[in-house]
Amino acid sequence: MYSKGFRPLALLTVVAVLAAFALVFFYAPNEADQGFIQKIFYVHVPMAIVALGGFVVGGLMAVKHLRSDDPSWDMRSYVAIHLSIILGVGVLVTGAIWAKASWGHWWVWDEPVLVSFLVVFLLYCVYYPLRFSIEDPERQARYSSVFAIAAGAFVPINFVAVRMAQSFTHPRVLSQTGGNLPGDMRLTFLVCIVAMTLLFVTLFKLELTAKHASMQLKRLRTRLEATA
Amino acid sequence: MPALPLDEAGKYVAGAYVVFLTLILIYVAIIGAKVARIEREVSELLDMTEGDPLQREPEEVGQSPTVQESRDGEQSTQRAGLEAPPR
Repeated sequence: MYSKGFRPLALLTVVAVLAAFALVFFYAPNEADQGFIQKIFYVHVPMAIVALGGFVVGGLMAVKHLRSDDPSWDMRSYVAIHLSIILGVGVLVTGAIWAKASWGHWWVWDEPVLVSFLVVFLLYCVYYPLRFSIEDPERQARYSSVFAIAAGAFVPINFVAVRMAQSFTHPRVLSQTGGNLPGDMRLTFLVCIVAMTLLFVTLFKLELTAKHASMQLKRLRTRLEATA
Repeated sequence: MPALPLDEAGKYVAGAYVVFLTLILIYVAIIGAKVARIEREVSELLDMTEGDPLQREPEEVGQSPTVQESRDGEQSTQRAGLEAPPR
């Protein structure tokens, strides 16, 4: 059922995630200001970056679907957005834990980075009711693609707008100066991003395989019932 | 090598990583269950289409369970061949 390259990819992902965890807890030093709490950064930020990237990729796949009219691109777009929403849940929960540990509050409403991510997350939560309220598969795919493109375009615009805003509490990670991370912290952070990206790709392939098999099974059932 | 403190900060860090791992594990478990269900349904369909020669009447053994020659030479698919054999 799985494609030829899936097992090596899954194995590579497990190794990368374990390596990232090892670097986080046994190589990267504790940050001078926050101490051990800053370790949350290595799971929270890569998850946020990959989730936002997934939303954009979902939009690009939707463009491909509208251009080619190939339903497999709509399915890819759906899976990418679905996975990004799951990672988004992780980002919000780990972010809240970090905020409580570091600022003493689970949520800070006047912090642009937090609120903007919540806005993006809630925007994509609309994707499910929109998609599954349409019964006709062609219309469903087309409308979902239009939504995915519009929302996908909103993600980088939102990101740039937030960076232009003045922030008081939330630190900047990706900047022209390298985010002021020391070498060993930066290496750990990069490995974490690679591991999270690999995890996303592996889970993407896993869900896509399951969806594809499910659709083939449905077609086979219909065909068998028609011949009966 | 930095120590792993299990004080107040350690609980928050552990909580964040447990949330991440739990999310991934739940997701993989759901997809794994789905794949297992698909595999089971595929094997059921295979059973229906291929049939089990040991479960059929002796005179039927040797004939295709789903396709039978009609009198005028045309092939017709039997509905009985698509139903699951008794286990």
